[in-house]
Amino acid sequence: MPVFYGTAVESPLMLGTAQYPSPAIMAQAFRASRAGIATVSLRREGGAGQDFHNLIKDLGIPVLPNTAGCHSVREAVTTAQMARELFETPWIKLEVIRDDDTLCPDVIALVEAARVLSDDGFQVFPYCTEDLSVCGRLLDAGCQVLMPWGAPIGSGRGLNNPYGLRSLRAHFPDVPLVVDAGIGLPSHAAQAMELGYDAVLLNTAVAKAGDPVAMARAMALAIEAGQLAHAAGAIEARDMAAPSTPLFGMAVLG
Amino acid sequence: MKITLNGEARDLNGPSVQDALAEIGLGAAKVATALNGAFLPAAARAETTLKDGDALEVVAPMQGG
Repeated sequence: MPVFYGTAVESPLMLGTAQYPSPAIMAQAFRASRAGIATVSLRREGGAGQDFHNLIKDLGIPVLPNTAGCHSVREAVTTAQMARELFETPWIKLEVIRDDDTLCPDVIALVEAARVLSDDGFQVFPYCTEDLSVCGRLLDAGCQVLMPWGAPIGSGRGLNNPYGLRSLRAHFPDVPLVVDAGIGLPSHAAQAMELGYDAVLLNTAVAKAGDPVAMARAMALAIEAGQLAHAAGAIEARDMAAPSTPLFGMAVLG
Repeated sequence: MKITLNGEARDLNGPSVQDALAEIGLGAAKVATALNGAFLPAAARAETTLKDGDALEVVAPMQGG
């Protein structure tokens, strides 16, 4: 099970709370998948916030607030400070967005915000790219977990750069790594775990599925399968066939 | 006084941020606040006085990914 900042989490599935058909279906999806962490956000109070807070507390799992939508260090830091007070947690999923079409992280501002927040006692979960040097800078800034994207948020394209994600895993063997964003199918989530990642964070693929509760369960099973496969040690792929049935002892019939 | 509350122009009596929250029905609500872009801790709301032109953001837990 993944350990983030000294806290052991029950499941490597981190699930978002947005875009479900109803609050009841969201709660069922969490129960069906036994997700280990719930991600949440902060928005202007229009009357719905208090009920939502109770719903989240009833899930009984750790909450990871985000800074979704923030485009500057100042916005992200202020949002993180408000989230820490409201959710009573030092955890923050740090998003600083540069481009609205791709929701690509602004990695320069991200590193700066990560340093400010780490120095202020936050435990930062940075939503980042799989760039080795950016990830190294985030660790220098105080992060003890990295969350590279698989593909742009909500795109459902899976792991766009498996090579880069594998390199990152090899480069930082002892840092908890999470594939955050871009997952569309259970096979994508399984692939992330097969690469040796510690967890997968997803939302849209479950919330917008025809049956979110069934998809939540499918994701959990795929993540478990990928995790087992990584631990089991996979064979190397090869170009030529290699018969699995022994040739020795084959009857001569022709 | 005239302030901007969550992006909308409002005329509130105040004088403190805590008074303003009570005025809009959020006196006891679980919310977080930022004044002019800077975090305002809950413990500081009663002693923080609003003035004309202030921008107050009041946020609550919401769905997120």
